[in-house]
Amino acid sequence: MQKRALVKTLGLTFGAVLMTACASNSDVAEGDELKPLDAAQETAAEVETKGVEAQAVAGEQVDAAANEAQAALMDVTVFYFDFDNTTIKADSKNSLIAHSQYLAANSSARVVLEGHADERGTVEYNLALGERRAISVSRFLQANGAAASQIETVSFGEERPALMGHNDDSWSQNRRVEIKYQSR
Amino acid sequence: MNSRLIKLVIQIFLLSIVAMQARAELVIEITQGKQSAIPMAVVPFKWKGLKALPENVAQIVANDLGRSGYFNSLPKTEMLSLPNTEEEVFYRDWELLKQDYLVVGEIKQDSRGGYIINFKLIDVNTRTALMNQKLTGGASSLRDIAHFMSDRIFAALTGLPGAFSTKLVYVTTNRERTKFNLSYADADGAREQNIFSSKQPIISPSWSADGKKIAYASFENGRSEIFIQEIASGKREKIASFKGSNSAPAFSPDGKKMAMVLSRNGNPDVYVMDLATRQLDRITKHYGIDTEPQWMPDGQSLIFTSSRIGKPQIYQVSITEKKPKRITFEGDYNARARITPDGRKMVMVHRNNGRFHIAAQNMKTGVLQILTSETHLDESPSVAPNGSMVVYAASVGDRSILAAVSLDGEVKFRLPSKYGDVREPAWSPLLK
Repeated sequence: MQKRALVKTLGLTFGAVLMTACASNSDVAEGDELKPLDAAQETAAEVETKGVEAQAVAGEQVDAAANEAQAALMDVTVFYFDFDNTTIKADSKNSLIAHSQYLAANSSARVVLEGHADERGTVEYNLALGERRAISVSRFLQANGAAASQIETVSFGEERPALMGHNDDSWSQNRRVEIKYQSR
Repeated sequence: MNSRLIKLVIQIFLLSIVAMQARAELVIEITQGKQSAIPMAVVPFKWKGLKALPENVAQIVANDLGRSGYFNSLPKTEMLSLPNTEEEVFYRDWELLKQDYLVVGEIKQDSRGGYIINFKLIDVNTRTALMNQKLTGGASSLRDIAHFMSDRIFAALTGLPGAFSTKLVYVTTNRERTKFNLSYADADGAREQNIFSSKQPIISPSWSADGKKIAYASFENGRSEIFIQEIASGKREKIASFKGSNSAPAFSPDGKKMAMVLSRNGNPDVYVMDLATRQLDRITKHYGIDTEPQWMPDGQSLIFTSSRIGKPQIYQVSITEKKPKRITFEGDYNARARITPDGRKMVMVHRNNGRFHIAAQNMKTGVLQILTSETHLDESPSVAPNGSMVVYAASVGDRSILAAVSLDGEVKFRLPSKYGDVREPAWSPLLK
């Protein structure tokens, strides 16, 4: 039974990866964040079944690998963004899906999503940008199985940079959303 | 011998006082003056007291007038004579130095330890006194008297109200961003005081029209919430802590309402709160970012930043009709607009060739002029209450400093702090 649940999680992860890879350019573009939500959920449901079928014959090795893969993906808790952009990058998605799965499987788990911006541009616009980045991630987590009640969003705008430099390197590290677990 | 030694000791003592004061305060550096600035000289005032004066009144006045950009103050070292009364003025000296105006005066102590300042503003060309005034005050108010003098002289010569007796509030932080202070100082950076401190960020300070209160957003409870603080008493009140972010407060010109940005419905939108009833009126409703509201002088409409077309631009919206109209079209990043008191110009953060500068846009013609060039990452512009200058935060070297530029871009000065970063300046209204 347990094995089956794990395989199912893995399949779900794979399926969702497939789905988001297809939708990566359109799903959280600025200005039409509301639209892709429904579409994404439908696709997820559809691909889920296929994933489970494809992996259903795999044995215990796959389970162990899946566990490790899941843990590695969960280790990533900071997700980066382009300038003046709230679109989730393609390379963030596998980890975000892993977090979604974890939240879906652990209903008592709670996260705070902290949105940040780099120092360029205005303070208040950056506060709003940080918030919209956090909201983008929140929607993505919900589209992949997390419940709204498990997620809180907060923005620090440009006030809490990860790096203090005034250059592209620092800026790219500062445009981010951090997932912080309040309870596991 | 002896008297010379005493003089030296006094000089060292005075220098150390100056050094002590400078450490705590912002220090002005004028980086660019106006081509057409009127040449004038504020001659050091006569003082016969035994102790040195706590403030150099003539120097404060000379600095004020020079910083305004309208005047070029002649340095003391270039003066050929140092008259203290109209009778002592040898006009040929000042004609030779091509000075248009002259301020002379003397300071006396009254019987109760206060000060009496007599000063005259003299027109060198007509050889007449334009102003002859006597001002009195206690030792602690010498600086206020000096700024008041500057206001009177500025108004007499330009026809504009002077803004030298005004204040600035701004946020100072250490490099590690673990301590934030909301600071309050004279418009020239002197007499800085912290009026609120926190380990969490403080942003967007904004004055009430009567100059008695400051609203700001503080993260002290883990996310941005709006507070109003009375300056005199320090009394604080939390007025907006809805779900999500609460930020960008702006008092209406009549002081009864406050525009603000709330994300309580999932996305940052502009609201107006009635401060007496705390009723909220939602002004914008869009899935883009709507933020940084600022009242037009008539209190009937707001200008704000919106990303509704994908990139930030400035919009104007009537608070009754609620139909935003775009008003900036040049460039792909225009944000945080502030309006001059006469409503004629709007200053804002404008991106040009990837760099963020302060620009002014004529509200009637739409013509945009970039005002700053030497500073980087310019943000948070705030207009002086007489509409002459804009103070803003900028990055110079590795520090965030305050800088100011005149509305015509001709005068520039900086207010670098001795420690940490200085951000988010807000210039007070004219104070009674």
